[in-house]
Amino acid sequence: MKYTLNVNGASHVVDVASDTPILWVLRDHLDLVGTKFGCGVGQCGACTIHLNGVPSRSCMTPVSTVGRMRITTIEGLAANAEKLHPVQQAWCELDVAQCGYCQAGQIMTAAALLKDNPRPNDEDIDGAMAGNLCRCATYMRIRSGIKRAAELAGGAKEATQ
Amino acid sequence: MNAPTLSGPVNRRDFLKLTGLAGGGFALAFYIRSGPAAAAADGVAGSFEPNAFIRISPTGAVTIVSKQPEMGQGVKTSLPMIIAEQLEVPWKEIKIEQGDFDQKKYGGQSAGGSNSTPSNYDNFHLLGATARTMLVTAAAQTWGVSPSECRAENAEVHHTSGKTLKYGQLVARASALPVPAKEQVTLKEPKDFKLLGQRISQVDSRAIATGGPLFGIDMKLPGMVYAVYEKCPAFGGKVVSANLDHIKRLPGVKDAFIIEGRGSVKELVPGVAIIADSTWAAFSARRQLKVIWDEGKVAEESWDTFVAQARADAGKAGATQLRKDGDADTALKSATKTVEAEYLYPFISHANLEPQNTTAHWKDGVMELWTPAQIPGRAAEIVTRLLGIPAEKIVMHLTRAGGGFGRRISADYLVETAAIAQKVNAPVKLTWSREDDLRHDHYRPGGLHFLKGGVDAQGKPVAWKNHFFTFGEGGSPGSGGSLHRDELPARCIPNFQSEQTMISTGWPMGPWRAPGSCVFGWVFNSFVDEMAHAAGHDPFQFHLDMLGNEKMLPAEGRGGREYNLERLRNVMKFTAEKAGVGKKKFAKGQGAGIGYYFSHRGYFAQVAEVTVSKEGMLKVDRVVCGCDIGAQVVNLSGAENQVEGSVIDGLGTLMTQELNIERGRVVQSNFHDYPLIRITDAPTKIETHFLKTNYPTTGLGEPALPPLAGAVCNAIFAATGKRVRQMPLSRVDLSWA
Repeated sequence: MKYTLNVNGASHVVDVASDTPILWVLRDHLDLVGTKFGCGVGQCGACTIHLNGVPSRSCMTPVSTVGRMRITTIEGLAANAEKLHPVQQAWCELDVAQCGYCQAGQIMTAAALLKDNPRPNDEDIDGAMAGNLCRCATYMRIRSGIKRAAELAGGAKEATQ
Repeated sequence: MNAPTLSGPVNRRDFLKLTGLAGGGFALAFYIRSGPAAAAADGVAGSFEPNAFIRISPTGAVTIVSKQPEMGQGVKTSLPMIIAEQLEVPWKEIKIEQGDFDQKKYGGQSAGGSNSTPSNYDNFHLLGATARTMLVTAAAQTWGVSPSECRAENAEVHHTSGKTLKYGQLVARASALPVPAKEQVTLKEPKDFKLLGQRISQVDSRAIATGGPLFGIDMKLPGMVYAVYEKCPAFGGKVVSANLDHIKRLPGVKDAFIIEGRGSVKELVPGVAIIADSTWAAFSARRQLKVIWDEGKVAEESWDTFVAQARADAGKAGATQLRKDGDADTALKSATKTVEAEYLYPFISHANLEPQNTTAHWKDGVMELWTPAQIPGRAAEIVTRLLGIPAEKIVMHLTRAGGGFGRRISADYLVETAAIAQKVNAPVKLTWSREDDLRHDHYRPGGLHFLKGGVDAQGKPVAWKNHFFTFGEGGSPGSGGSLHRDELPARCIPNFQSEQTMISTGWPMGPWRAPGSCVFGWVFNSFVDEMAHAAGHDPFQFHLDMLGNEKMLPAEGRGGREYNLERLRNVMKFTAEKAGVGKKKFAKGQGAGIGYYFSHRGYFAQVAEVTVSKEGMLKVDRVVCGCDIGAQVVNLSGAENQVEGSVIDGLGTLMTQELNIERGRVVQSNFHDYPLIRITDAPTKIETHFLKTNYPTTGLGEPALPPLAGAVCNAIFAATGKRVRQMPLSRVDLSWA
């Protein structure tokens, strides 16, 4: 089946089985491998993308259900290559990752959290991030990274005012 | 992706001297003394083994090659930092490349056992300092001055007159110089370090944060096909037949075939391969695969049966007497207070978040592999032995690994891919499912310790007896399943007896982060704590006093370990001081406990503070970590990250991890029934303190993990009066009234 997908602001036509999860369309057909396969059952969050801005598990989302929804992946989170998203900036600055395999999913979930809640406390952070496993257990830095991203985002807003 | 992130260093053939590269680059290689093999190779005692890590172009671009596999332990950043420190090049100006597998060129490339830092630390200082010395010499020759009037800084050589030359300008002259002997090279003093000890973000930070292709599973080659591989759910089972004709007719499927097993149950396991034009087509076809298995004898083995067997035999003499000092039985009889307990922990999985995978291309008799292996040399040896491909026909590119923890020391997934590639006329990527990963791991063995302890009228520990039941395969205990006769508290308690009985299984076992130590520390710290409470003594003081006043306990017997008890006591006192042990008052339901351990060359102590609700919910409020890894922390950011990760990994293992094996197969299948620790259970606070000592710098991948479970369980006892003697905590009722 042919599907026209809106990925990171660009239109892509793919010819895949209708039950193919978006995860595998991204990875195998569009060469966007930043979105990771961890469990295939929505338990680990490594495959988190945004569908119309809402964090979603791409491993459980068949291509046939997506329609013209806006798909945003880790590769398209930053508006442009020069200016990373505040969460990405904070992740680099605080050296959040160890192996890094889960971090695309962590960053996508964190970015969605900050959009809804620009100043989350520890409880808000734990609640929002509970669906994303980090096997290296960088959870302390994920908490710090989100707080730093909130500062960076706030700073950016103030600067443009 | 044509492996752009995985490109190898400049291909060099001449290791004996500096050589000009195409384009006039400057590559440094020199001998590093590396034991008898290196000496034999060139016949000169004290000769060096060749290594090639540094490249400086005429434009001044500096590249450092990282040879070790990177799996999140941070060596791709920390080891090049050592070279950069001595080379006097600003960190931000250096490009780091991952080296391919080539041990003739780089020396050992095994990542495991927290060995990457201690085994490379001195050599890497010398590598950087030698290059700097040559650049200084080249500048001095250019100016016609003495090298002693010149110094290197900021990728430039400066003369006392104020003249400067950039490294790039010195490339040609430096390339013509002989490599100076070690004795002619001056190392920078630690007091002059600018980079080491700083917090440096890892070199792949940006690629990780933007989703760049880094991992084995991200490989894509032109014309590549996708494979899945179904193995018998029961360990050691063989394929009788499969509905291959049906599978081959399914959409996207290119081929399906049976592979005969070769080697051990941890090498090429028999199974059915499906080759398709996408991962999803392969996964989908697999759901229709029907295989008739010959499950074999291992399908008769279950964990519960073995536990019952161990309990029935606990009172008998152990199969192996590991140690007998004094007379534990008599001392227990005459002891003022005795305690007796069973400690139990299950098999667990590594659960790397990146499922096992490898990409292989078999072409013209050459097997080219892209793989997240931890020990590529072992992987190559298995491919040679089982598939008959000579070592020189194996080309291996090392990708970043999405977690190691010991799992990727095994190479089963790699040899499976190579075996599949031999039957496929295209590059092929094998991707394991999560279910494959959990059900075909090489597990950390479970174990049972039947312990008795006694204290005298003064409350001093006088007797210790342990009958340890471990699990083995192929006639010897699984990795981390051997209790050494030196294991503490041996030699700290006068009447000491330890015995070991092995239960033989067909279950594959392998090294899991801090093998043995990851659970022995918990048992040891917990049971000594039980003795402290039986004695009615302050637990911290009891633990410390038990370690006596001796400085060293020498290694005894085969594989014995030398303990520096002074370092252990010092790190305990240091940690207790940082945590304020004894100064805090806790309400009922709250408490603190200590854990401490020596493993992987590091001395570690941790104080945990916990809150346990009346309903039995555990929250770890604070963990204070004292870490003695010698004289120098290389990358403080990476070091703190390793310690925090180890603490939470230790906590996750304690809280939730458990595999049940029934009828020779794993019951759990994915993260819904094999839960890993989540952010919600991470401690509120972790404080990491390094105790600098005048000992060699050592590694951090493992030694921060073993003390955690003891510290938390001792804190739980202080909070609730409940002693945890079983992992995981999800099976233990911690409620109190």
